[in-house]
Amino acid sequence: MSVDQKTVRRIAHLARIAVQEEDVPHLQGELNAILSFVEQLNEVNVEGVEPMTSVTPMVMKKRQDGITDGENAAKVLMNAPAREDDFFVVPKVIE
Amino acid sequence: MTELTHLTIAEARDGLKAKSFSATELAKAHIDAIEKARALNAYVLETPEKALSMAKASDERLAKSEGGALEGIPLGIKDLFCTDGVESTAGSKILKGFKPPYESTVTQNLWNDGAVMLGKLNMDEFAMGSSNETSAFGPVVSPWRRQGSNVSAGAAGAIEGTHLVPGGSSGGSAAAVAAHLCLGATATDTGGSIRQPAAFTGTVGIKPTYGRVSRWGTVAFASSLDQAGPITRTVRDSAIMLRSMSGADPKDTTCVDLPVPDFEAAVSRGVKGLKIGIPKEYRIDGMSPEIEKLWQQGTEWLRAAGAEIVEVSLPHTKYALPAYYIVAPAEASSNLARYDGVRYGIRENGKDIVAMYEKTRAAGFGREVKRRIMIGTYVLSAGYYDAYYVRAQKIRTLIKRDFEEVYAKGVHAILTPATPSAAFGIGEKGSGDPVEMYLNDIFTVTVNMAGLPGIAVPAGLDAQGLPLGLQLIGRAFDEETLFAAGQVIEDSAGRVTLPGAWWAGA
Repeated sequence: MSVDQKTVRRIAHLARIAVQEEDVPHLQGELNAILSFVEQLNEVNVEGVEPMTSVTPMVMKKRQDGITDGENAAKVLMNAPAREDDFFVVPKVIE
Repeated sequence: MTELTHLTIAEARDGLKAKSFSATELAKAHIDAIEKARALNAYVLETPEKALSMAKASDERLAKSEGGALEGIPLGIKDLFCTDGVESTAGSKILKGFKPPYESTVTQNLWNDGAVMLGKLNMDEFAMGSSNETSAFGPVVSPWRRQGSNVSAGAAGAIEGTHLVPGGSSGGSAAAVAAHLCLGATATDTGGSIRQPAAFTGTVGIKPTYGRVSRWGTVAFASSLDQAGPITRTVRDSAIMLRSMSGADPKDTTCVDLPVPDFEAAVSRGVKGLKIGIPKEYRIDGMSPEIEKLWQQGTEWLRAAGAEIVEVSLPHTKYALPAYYIVAPAEASSNLARYDGVRYGIRENGKDIVAMYEKTRAAGFGREVKRRIMIGTYVLSAGYYDAYYVRAQKIRTLIKRDFEEVYAKGVHAILTPATPSAAFGIGEKGSGDPVEMYLNDIFTVTVNMAGLPGIAVPAGLDAQGLPLGLQLIGRAFDEETLFAAGQVIEDSAGRVTLPGAWWAGA
């Protein structure tokens, strides 16, 4: 399978990465090089094989459902590019 | 006496206990070496004040004959580990200025054992790369030079000539250890990022079993593959450092509740009576005769030390790398969705929130990272998920089964080359076709896909005088056998003579 330029633009939007029009052709070439490399996986018979969900078989650890952390607004917000009081600030989302 | 920067961790530990020198003297010697090596670009952030205050505290504990397993040992930390109040960027512009208000479990474990932080080490952006060329801080210069190369310390603090890459993604870690800019360094490995740079720089690197080391506070690339481990100058040092890094962690549910063995005790165990497998599928077309010879030599060393050598088959080996290039980008596209310009890092303003996200991510991510996020987004998108992602996860099951079948026949560890070649020059690979760079990880990536431990140990030099490494792959949670067999290789090959500080005049 290979991608066309329209698909490249669609993937970029899904990935929330702005792509300049002049970058589309080389991105298309690079993505297609990777897709053609992974094509060989189609040779493998995977009939009846379970997809891996956990590389180390282990029982999921559980803990008490209790509060272990919190009340740290200053720490949570200290790296924010934009903030007001104890809130992150983003461009207006709802009209 | 040996220069303080040229000691091994084991020697430094013993010297500190015997009060032959102080932790402060040891830290100062390294701070001085780091200052003279800025042209290598191994450190992206030096923390000399922190190092000296930690060393002072170590000296106080040592004076009272107290202290942990790494008391006073100066280490470099890959910039993927979050360090409390110290900028942590993962080699990316998008995390510029990010100072975590918390400490990663791995680094906290090291500090609890008394280690001293020298600074943060350069790396490929978000650990995506095999040459350290994708870093937002620029490439790292390998301390190694080809025989007769034109690389030298030029005027004005620059390196002249076409230098070699240290490998990646833990390129800063490997270069710093090889150039004597720390006694050991933390590193991480998703497809080979500890073992490949270790092999390129004549150092020892181990990726432990998935679940041995906590991932908490380590910037995530591909969560089902990522594991942290040390890069050091000897197998013994690797065992010492891994023991301190490891251990159960309530903050990471994939980190196992198993006791951490005394890895150092395993170093002198030898390989007598062990069965070592040689996988025929690793004898790839076009493999260099030098690598072939090195592998044969390693086999002979282990046999001479009493191991039984058997040929084994891992039939799905060739599919590991293509399957990895579906699984890893898919997980990365999901993990890196968090960099949206809202909570940390840089922000580029846009007309609405989507434009803000898109412009922030376009400005903050480098080319390789964007490429992998886009591949990951594509293989997870509606209509392609089963054809790509589910198929790759099924193949991953088959890759793991290959190893299980070999181990079920009584094989204790598997010997392979670590890399298909010695280090290459900057700009030599992957500029046209990204897959050319990806092929560097062909021998290491299977280990991540199966969650197994793997160690790279220096085993010799190529015709150009550059180091080559061998890899040992172990059973899950049996790093001890890797340390035992790794020590046999180190003893048989003799420790690599690392390059002198030719860069210090720059």
